[in-house]
Amino acid sequence: MIEYRDAIRDALDEELAHDDRVVFFGEDVAKPGGVFAVTGGLLERHGPDRVFDTPISELAISGAAFGAAVNGLRPVIEIMFGDFLPIAMDAIVNQASKYWYLSNEQAPVPLVIRSAVGAGGRFGAIHSQNPATWFLGVPGLKIVAPSTPSDAKALLKAAIRDDNPVLFLEHKRLYSTKGELEGPDVGELGKAVVRRAGDDLTIVSAMKSVHDCLAAAEALAEDGIQAEVIDLRSLRPIDSKTLLASVGKTNRLVVVEEGPRTGGWSGEILAIATEAALHDLDDAWRLTTADHPIPYSPTLEDAFLPLADAIVAGVRGRLGVAEPATA
Amino acid sequence: MAIAVELDVQRALALYRTMRLIRRFEEAVQSLFLRGEVHGTTHLYVGQEAVATGVGDVLGPHDRVAATYRGHGHALSLGVSPQALLDEMLGRATGVCAGRAGSMNVVDLDHRLIGSFGIIGGSMAAATGAALALRRTDGVAVAYFGDGSTNHGYFHECLNFAAVQRLPVVYICENNLYGEFTPWEDVTAGEILDRPRAMGVDARQVDGMDVFAVREAASAAVVAARAGGGPVFVEALTYRFVGHSRSDPGAYRKPGELDEWKRRDPLIVGARTLRERFEVAPEAIEEIDSAVDADLQAIAERALAAPFPEPGTTAREFAP
Repeated sequence: MIEYRDAIRDALDEELAHDDRVVFFGEDVAKPGGVFAVTGGLLERHGPDRVFDTPISELAISGAAFGAAVNGLRPVIEIMFGDFLPIAMDAIVNQASKYWYLSNEQAPVPLVIRSAVGAGGRFGAIHSQNPATWFLGVPGLKIVAPSTPSDAKALLKAAIRDDNPVLFLEHKRLYSTKGELEGPDVGELGKAVVRRAGDDLTIVSAMKSVHDCLAAAEALAEDGIQAEVIDLRSLRPIDSKTLLASVGKTNRLVVVEEGPRTGGWSGEILAIATEAALHDLDDAWRLTTADHPIPYSPTLEDAFLPLADAIVAGVRGRLGVAEPATA
Repeated sequence: MAIAVELDVQRALALYRTMRLIRRFEEAVQSLFLRGEVHGTTHLYVGQEAVATGVGDVLGPHDRVAATYRGHGHALSLGVSPQALLDEMLGRATGVCAGRAGSMNVVDLDHRLIGSFGIIGGSMAAATGAALALRRTDGVAVAYFGDGSTNHGYFHECLNFAAVQRLPVVYICENNLYGEFTPWEDVTAGEILDRPRAMGVDARQVDGMDVFAVREAASAAVVAARAGGGPVFVEALTYRFVGHSRSDPGAYRKPGELDEWKRRDPLIVGARTLRERFEVAPEAIEEIDSAVDADLQAIAERALAAPFPEPGTTAREFAP
């Protein structure tokens, strides 16, 4: 068993050892070992030319990472909280993601932007967001969002070996979760996985919410509803094939997104399903957070998030299944 | 460790030729723009030729440059083909980026041009990052940017980042007195050079209308950066003789200012130095002028005849 944070550290460690062109930098990542205790020991093992602390300068961090990537390095940067990504956005959106196309394919941009995201830790509105949808409309960018330690390791290794800019999102509530390593050492970007098989309903999600969906599926099984749970793992590109195969089987789709309803990636999943498989669908909807900032107080934040109980209630309500009477 | 490249008469003539090429290239772009052959907008380097020409001349084969959206001169000074560059302006398939980029976004890595940056200060970040890679091979990264960039977050963040990492970057601030339409002194506190100096970065000022002065300052800066002393900052005092972009008549200029700067036109200053210091005959200069003019004429004709890219050719979103 390995913790999610250690899986990420091991992926960085192994890729730094595997390829001399890989460098890693960000705020508090080297000597302090990261504010989420993910990156300790990397400086000692790989030296200050390849692993270093930066000033609090997200413009310079992301811009320099882009410049390094098109001049022969394979940089990995950490933007400490996903909420800080808007400051780093110019280099990611305007430079790194467009370079391959605009340059007429003169050079790829092998760049990974790691960032800690997500709510549930009482960090408040501006240290808890899920920034994926801010980047969804950016051609040329890949977005990886792993839910397990095994995927975190294999997909981070794959992201570092990929020749495109990759936004690698780490949900803060997953750092201390544990799991076995399974599957290939280096994963494949852009592939979803079916975490639980079922015939009655497809639940699609990503990151920490996958675990809430799996818990909800167990509760729904007691009602006689067998839910299939899909872990997207990649939010850009989206694995339409796995999605449509499941919907073809279950005819019902619910997308669970920890993020605002308007403009969320869950809308994109519904669009893919309705555009390609309307004939397969009896129902399709989404469970998201409301369109207001993430609240701080535990009672407010818990009620705000689509946690397992809310998913169970949402599915029961939509399908007209009564809550089982308690003994 | 590379040392400064000596300047002989042939090299001095080549400097003048590059400036003349940039001037005529920009005039061709302007003329083709007015004919509707160059699209969108474009930012011309007329008046600033000495800066890129002087800097470009002292760079080595492994050095890299990040240009601005006023970047045609930066590109030409690095040896980017004027034909491929003009074809790009005209949106042709034969352009340096096959018509995908246009005036503000030119990339030519084979000629050491990382890119041309339409976001103010983006060039500084790209060069700062390039230096992380280039320090492994004794290369130097150069960033061009204007006086307007000195108030941007990129400016302060990148100078500090490069200084603490002791990166081999040469930051070339082309102070042409105006950020778009606004005089720099109206929106800038203190002096530009005091800003890098506050971070312990070596900073010098140079006459940006004199290619020989720029070359000397750039040479010293590149040698120092390559030696591992950290970034070097050069403020080149220059002036654009044309508007910020196509829609700008330059109404903000102070009375007499344009004429005053035109008396120090880098081509006039350069030709005078060729005659006085290098004892070049006036005929030799005229010969360069006619040769460049004829080249540009032919380049413009070929550009106009070049094919447009075929719509429907599928772009690959991701590098394989």
